[in-house]
Amino acid sequence: MAETEQYTLQVRRFKPEEEHGPYWQEFDVELDPTLSVLDGLLQAKDRDDGSLAVRCSCRAAICGSCGVKINGQSTLACLTQIGEAHESANRRTPDGETKPIVVEPMGNMPVIKDLVTDMESTHWTKIRRVTPWLLDDGDPPERERIVPPESMVDITQTIACIQCGACVSACLSMEADPEFIGPAALAKAYRFVGDPRDVETRERLYDLAQDPHGIYDCTHCFACVDACPKGVAPMDQIMRLRRRAADDEEIHDRNNGRNHERAFVKIIEKKGTLDEALLLQESYAPGVKGKLIPKPSAIKGLVGSLPTAARGLRTGKMRSLPKLIPGVHPKLPGDAQERVKRIYEHAEEHGTEINLYITGEEEVEPEPDEEEFSQPEVSPGPKESE
Amino acid sequence: MKLAYWPGCVSRGFTTELHGSMALVAERLGIELITLDRANCCGAGVIAEHNQELADTLNARTFALAQQTGLGMMNICSTCQGAQSECQQRLDADSAYRAHINEVLAGEGIEYVKDADGFENKNFLWVLVEDYGLDELKAKVTRPLAGLRVGPFYGCYIVRPKYRLGYEEHPNRDLYLETVIEALGGEVVDYDGSRKCCGFPVITMNRETSLRQAGTHIGDALDQGADCLVTPCPLCHLNLDMQQPEAAKVVDRDLGLAVLHLPQLVGLALGYEPKQLGMNRHIASTEWVGERLAGVPA
Repeated sequence: MAETEQYTLQVRRFKPEEEHGPYWQEFDVELDPTLSVLDGLLQAKDRDDGSLAVRCSCRAAICGSCGVKINGQSTLACLTQIGEAHESANRRTPDGETKPIVVEPMGNMPVIKDLVTDMESTHWTKIRRVTPWLLDDGDPPERERIVPPESMVDITQTIACIQCGACVSACLSMEADPEFIGPAALAKAYRFVGDPRDVETRERLYDLAQDPHGIYDCTHCFACVDACPKGVAPMDQIMRLRRRAADDEEIHDRNNGRNHERAFVKIIEKKGTLDEALLLQESYAPGVKGKLIPKPSAIKGLVGSLPTAARGLRTGKMRSLPKLIPGVHPKLPGDAQERVKRIYEHAEEHGTEINLYITGEEEVEPEPDEEEFSQPEVSPGPKESE
Repeated sequence: MKLAYWPGCVSRGFTTELHGSMALVAERLGIELITLDRANCCGAGVIAEHNQELADTLNARTFALAQQTGLGMMNICSTCQGAQSECQQRLDADSAYRAHINEVLAGEGIEYVKDADGFENKNFLWVLVEDYGLDELKAKVTRPLAGLRVGPFYGCYIVRPKYRLGYEEHPNRDLYLETVIEALGGEVVDYDGSRKCCGFPVITMNRETSLRQAGTHIGDALDQGADCLVTPCPLCHLNLDMQQPEAAKVVDRDLGLAVLHLPQLVGLALGYEPKQLGMNRHIASTEWVGERLAGVPA
C-alpha cells in the first residue's frame, strides 16, 4: 500500500441557516498523495463534520458534479491529486512553513451551501439562452439525417463538454459583466452553429453578435481554456463564432466587433505593424475620411475615447497630432510590406484552419536507436548489454 | 548574450517608453539586441480570429527572419508571446502545413524550421530568469528597490493556456515577476488581480466590462498597499495606465497607481533615473515611485 501523507484543507464554508456569513474552516486529512482533493473532502466529511456539503458522483471526471476552486484555480475536485494541490499551494511558502490547500465553491455563481453552488441561476439559464437544440427544417426524415462524418468532426470538441461549470467559474469577463453569456453556453452555441443539419445558423450568429453580452464580450483571457477538464477550449469556440459571424455571414454587429477585426486586419496588410491611433478611428468609424457616416453607437464609442486621446497627447504618449492622422505611421522597410501583402493574398485564398484537438500533434519520428529500443525485447537485460 | 529582438507594435507606438527603456536596460545588462525591423505584427489573436492561416504565416515569417540571424528571439510583449506561441504550436504540429506555409516564405528566400538550433521565442521576463539568471541580475543592481512595494501584473497571454507556453518545462513561469521584483530588492505585493485580464481586448467592444476589469485590479493592488504595478505587456499598460482615469470613473473610486513596464522597473534598479526611462510619459503619475527611491543613491 502506498504511504499516506498529512494534508490540511482550508475550506470556505457557508451555512444559509446561520446568520453569520461565509467562514473558513481547516480540516486535517491523511491520504495517499495520488488520491484526489475530492477524496480528502469526503474524508473530512466522514471523520470530522458530516455537515460539510460537496456535490459529487462519478469521481472520475465524467459526471461534472464536483467543480470547485482549488488554490484559486477552477477545476474538478476529483481530477486534482491532493499531493499536487499541496505543492501548488506551497510554491512561494518560506522554508519551514506550510500553507493549507484552499478549497472554495465555484465563482460567478451563488453559493447554496459550502461547496455546492446554484448551477440553475447562472449556468443552466445561460445554456438555455443559446437555444441548445437542433433547429431543423421541420420535416422529419423517414429515418435519420445523413451527413458526411467529416462535416461533424469540427464540433466534436464542443460535444466533449460535461457541463461542470468550471469555465463559467473561471470566466474573467463574467466577473466584470455577470450578464455575459459566458464560455459554456457559447461553446454549446457553436455545437449547433457548426452542425450541418441546423438550418438557423445565420439567425443564431446574428443573435449572438448583436447581444452586447454575446460573442464580443469575451476578453480573450484563456481562463476557460485552462479550467476546462475536457479540452473543450470554450474561448476557441467563441473565436470560431466570431469568424463565422463577421467573415462568413458578414454580420455588422452593433458592438463594433466586426469593424474592429476588419480594421486590424486591413491595417496590418497596409502597414505591416499596428497603428493604434488608426485602429481606434477605423474601428469606430470605418472610412470616415471619405463618405461613410459612423453609426450612432460608433460615435458614442469614439467620443468616449476622446478624453483618453487628449491625455495621451498632453503627456506625449501620442507623440503629436499627426499621429492621429492616418498615413504617418511608418511602413516596413524595403520590400517587406510587399512580402506581407503576398502572405495576405495566399492566406485569403486558402484559409486553412487547423484544430489540434482533432488532428493532434504530429508524432516526432523516433531516432533510429529509439526505434530499435521500442521493439519487443527478447531478454529483459539493459540495452547496453545488447 | 545576443538575441534577435522583436519589439512589437505598441512599444513603438503608444508606449515608446517601453522600447526606449528596453534599449537602455539591455545595454547595461550587456545584452546585444538585433532588431527584426522587417518583421510584422503578431496579429494579437485578432488576425487569427479572422483567418488562422494568415496569422500563422505572418508569424512564421517573423520566426524565419529571426532564424536567419542564428540567434534566439526575444519579445517584450505578453500578447506577442501568446499570439506567436499559438501559431508556432500549429506550425510545429503538422509538417505538411509547415511546408505549405514555407512555400509563401520561399519568395522572400526565408524558411521557418521546426526545432532549429538555438531558436526559441521568449519574453524578456523569461530571458531574464532562465537565460540571463537572477544572480547575474542581482550583481548588476546598483540601486536596490528597497521598500518599494510592487504588484506583479502578468497579462493573460503569458500565463495561459499553460499547455502552450512551456510550463511543462518551466513550471514557475507564472511566478517570475515575483522573483524578479525580489531580485531587484523590491517587495512583492500579493493581490487578487495579478494574473487576471486587464480588459484591453474588449475596450472598443464593451468599454464598461473592459474598464471595470482594469479598475478593479488597480483598486485591489492599492488596497494591498502597492506603490506601483509592473507588467511585461504594453497592452495591459494601455488599459491599466492610459485608461486609468476612465477606469476610476467606472469603479467609482480614486485610483492613481503608477504602472511600470518591466524594463523600467529593472532600469530603476540598474541606476537609471525615472525620466530616462520615460516614466514621465505615463498617464498615472509615477512621481511617488521616484520619491520612494530618491533616498537610495543610484
